[in-house]
Amino acid sequence: MTTGLFITLLLLLSFLAPFTRKYLRGAAGWIYAIFPLAGLIYYLTLLPAINDGRIILESYRWIDIYGINFSFYIDGFSILFSLIVLGIGTFILIYAGKYMQTYPMQGRFMAYLILFMASMQGVVVSGNLITLFVFWELTSISSYMLIGYYHEKPEARMAALQALLITGFGGLALLGGFILLGIPYGTYELSAIFANPDVIKQSPLYLPALILILIGAFTKSAQFPFHFWLPGAMAAPSPVSAFLHSATMVKAGVFLLARLSPVMGGTELWHVLLTVFGGFTMVAGAWLSITQTDLKRILAYTTVSALGTLVLLIGTGTQYAMNAAIIFLLVHALYKGTLFLMAGNIEKMSGTRDINKLGGLYKSMPFAAIIMTLALVSMAGIPPMLGFIGKELIYESAVFAPTAKYLILIAAFFTNTVLVFLSLRLSLDVFWGHRPAYTKQPYEPYFALLVGPFLLVLGSLLLGLFPKMLAEPLTGSAITAISPGHDAVGLKLWHGLNMALLLSILTLIAGVLAYRFKVVFIGYSGGINVRYFAREFAKGFTSAMDAFLLYTKTQTKRIQHGYHRYYLMTVFTVASVLVWVMIWRTDPIVLELNFSEMPLNLVAVLVLIVAAALSAVVSHSRVIALIAMGVIGFGITIIFIAYSGVDLAITMVMVEVLMVILAVAVLYHLPGYQKYSETGARMRDGLVAALVGSFMMVLVLHAGTSQMGVPISDFFKETSYTEAFGRNIVNVILVDYRALDTLGEITVIAIAALGIFSMIKLTKKVKS
Amino acid sequence: MLLLLAVVIGVLYGSAVYLLLRRNIFKLILGLIFLGHATNLLLFVASGLTSGYPAFIRFVTGESESMADPLPQALILTAIVIGLGVTAFALVLVYRFYSVTKTVDLDELSENE
Repeated sequence: MTTGLFITLLLLLSFLAPFTRKYLRGAAGWIYAIFPLAGLIYYLTLLPAINDGRIILESYRWIDIYGINFSFYIDGFSILFSLIVLGIGTFILIYAGKYMQTYPMQGRFMAYLILFMASMQGVVVSGNLITLFVFWELTSISSYMLIGYYHEKPEARMAALQALLITGFGGLALLGGFILLGIPYGTYELSAIFANPDVIKQSPLYLPALILILIGAFTKSAQFPFHFWLPGAMAAPSPVSAFLHSATMVKAGVFLLARLSPVMGGTELWHVLLTVFGGFTMVAGAWLSITQTDLKRILAYTTVSALGTLVLLIGTGTQYAMNAAIIFLLVHALYKGTLFLMAGNIEKMSGTRDINKLGGLYKSMPFAAIIMTLALVSMAGIPPMLGFIGKELIYESAVFAPTAKYLILIAAFFTNTVLVFLSLRLSLDVFWGHRPAYTKQPYEPYFALLVGPFLLVLGSLLLGLFPKMLAEPLTGSAITAISPGHDAVGLKLWHGLNMALLLSILTLIAGVLAYRFKVVFIGYSGGINVRYFAREFAKGFTSAMDAFLLYTKTQTKRIQHGYHRYYLMTVFTVASVLVWVMIWRTDPIVLELNFSEMPLNLVAVLVLIVAAALSAVVSHSRVIALIAMGVIGFGITIIFIAYSGVDLAITMVMVEVLMVILAVAVLYHLPGYQKYSETGARMRDGLVAALVGSFMMVLVLHAGTSQMGVPISDFFKETSYTEAFGRNIVNVILVDYRALDTLGEITVIAIAALGIFSMIKLTKKVKS
Repeated sequence: MLLLLAVVIGVLYGSAVYLLLRRNIFKLILGLIFLGHATNLLLFVASGLTSGYPAFIRFVTGESESMADPLPQALILTAIVIGLGVTAFALVLVYRFYSVTKTVDLDELSENE
């Protein structure tokens, strides 16, 4: 009950934010932050019960016939993620309230931010695959809105579209994967799926389901080769980067992999795919971050690397790896959220976020410098921060990895060395050292801009200092939730002298050395980048999109060329070919030629009609065309008379007279015929016309010789006089039996008359 | 007789299609008119040919067997009248079309977009 209510409240708040923002002024961020804070406290109170092994289920009926419900499934893992989403969300709202104060459309910005929070919260507590998918897509959409917040900038729009296309593509794949996953179970409820985790692995649907779900998770969590949208997303304002693109949304893919690892995991394929993609992304992200100079882009690439690490750990799947995954998830959310917010602060206070133009900021903002440095200590994995425990666990899981142990060790070592190097660089090169001339005088950020980063980093410190008391209760049930059968390993700062500690020390030394010779290190890796990785993925994606658009444009132009007669020609050709095929396949018609049935005068009329039609076609004279039109009309009238259509004949005479008069009146104003078409085109049109005419002829013969069913006219014949009191049955049908049809017909004529009248009136007005 | 009428209808349809495929907008309308005529005739012929026995009730009972079928005739009558409305509208539209664009060539219209 409560989770559903809470998410509804958040959605409501998102809807109300644009209207309330202007009344709340500067306090808006603080007031909106009360909502996620309340949720945070609520989920914290649930924690003891969850740690006792309870699982809270909540369900609302939605689409019964497909087994789709709005279900929520709350165990230790969902709680941990909820705490991250809501905890960081609280600080982000406070921060954004101040940070965005001078920007336009803050109400809208807040609305998107809260919408995102609601959807992300929905993702992590979903208990039904389809519910999860709905919230998943909502995070993509709100991310699109937030990346494109500076919508007047073309690069922001481009980055937003790129992120949306990639995550949207992944979302579609994910939906397919979820449906395949649901088939062997006959339900989308997570609780039912978790009850029999092995069913899908024995099903032939396992392979396609796995691949589709992995595409969804990898696109969302920016795994290679989809990693490039994440640095692009840095076009968003800093609060967005901190919230969506480091701490929460990009972790949705990791969340999904961890959530489904008891069901989909444990196979060779799972292990190989996750290890390879995760490991490669981890190294590539770290490598690409070395040469970046924009603070946010550096952080973005390390985020890519961290996401790779998480995927690698989940793929490894051992007890240590699962422990490491959960701890590192928390570690990363705490320090990366802080770092992004501080990057925003630095840009706001000094006017730049180019690391080469920064330095010596400690004097202007000492408090900010301490907060950021503490977060960087956690990133570098130095005690006593929680980051140290996280890194130790990563090394330990690499040491105990079942396969490719040394490869993983080397990759982890390299990545962590780069992290140490970047920590030194982001701290020393920004806050100490040479102080360049700033465009505006930097000063300490406001309280609202510092409180979030400060509390996050404090959390990182306290969790590191008191792992038994604080970190274990927070993460223990999360670990058992995603790796059943594995217990949480005890967390402590001092592990004794072992391989992991040795590696940690080596990492530190290597990192410091890299920083000492940073000019050489950066220059060298930049050289390799230019030489071997000159192709940028983002540019490749953009040009692929452009090529696709061009292709669709030419394709559309070919099909929708704008020439009505070629549309008609297509329709006629296709229709005649299809009908001729059908005629070919039906039995031939048997015709008896009986010349006594052919009165000579009538035959003469028919010959006249044919001659008139043909002359209308070939004639160069408009007058002949008009005469032909009249001849055909009156010829048909005679046919009506000859075969008992008296009323038809009377109507036809009047209509025909009117039509010829009207045609003459219009033709009077038009220029004479000109030769527009080449002989070839005429031949081609003639062929099409002949095809259509001939199949219509055959159809008439078929229609005229077959009688299907009993005509319903007998009813009219019997009741026309006795009930409707009219002897002329055709007239009785029109004015009595089908009176409403006739009313519709009169309406059509009235509308046509109105149209004609207004067209002629309009002409006169234009002339005067 | 059916065969001859079928030929007439076929010729009418063929000429209508040929005229519809022309570039001159007046010929297009002419094709539309022919198409209407051809379809009316098609319906009329398909409902069966009855010579000299219109659907009138002369006596009160017992004579309906050989009478012409009144229902198709009623439908054709509706079609003829609506056809008149459509044609009249189209003709005036052509008139307006020409007075605005000063051309009767449909290709020139799409090139001038």
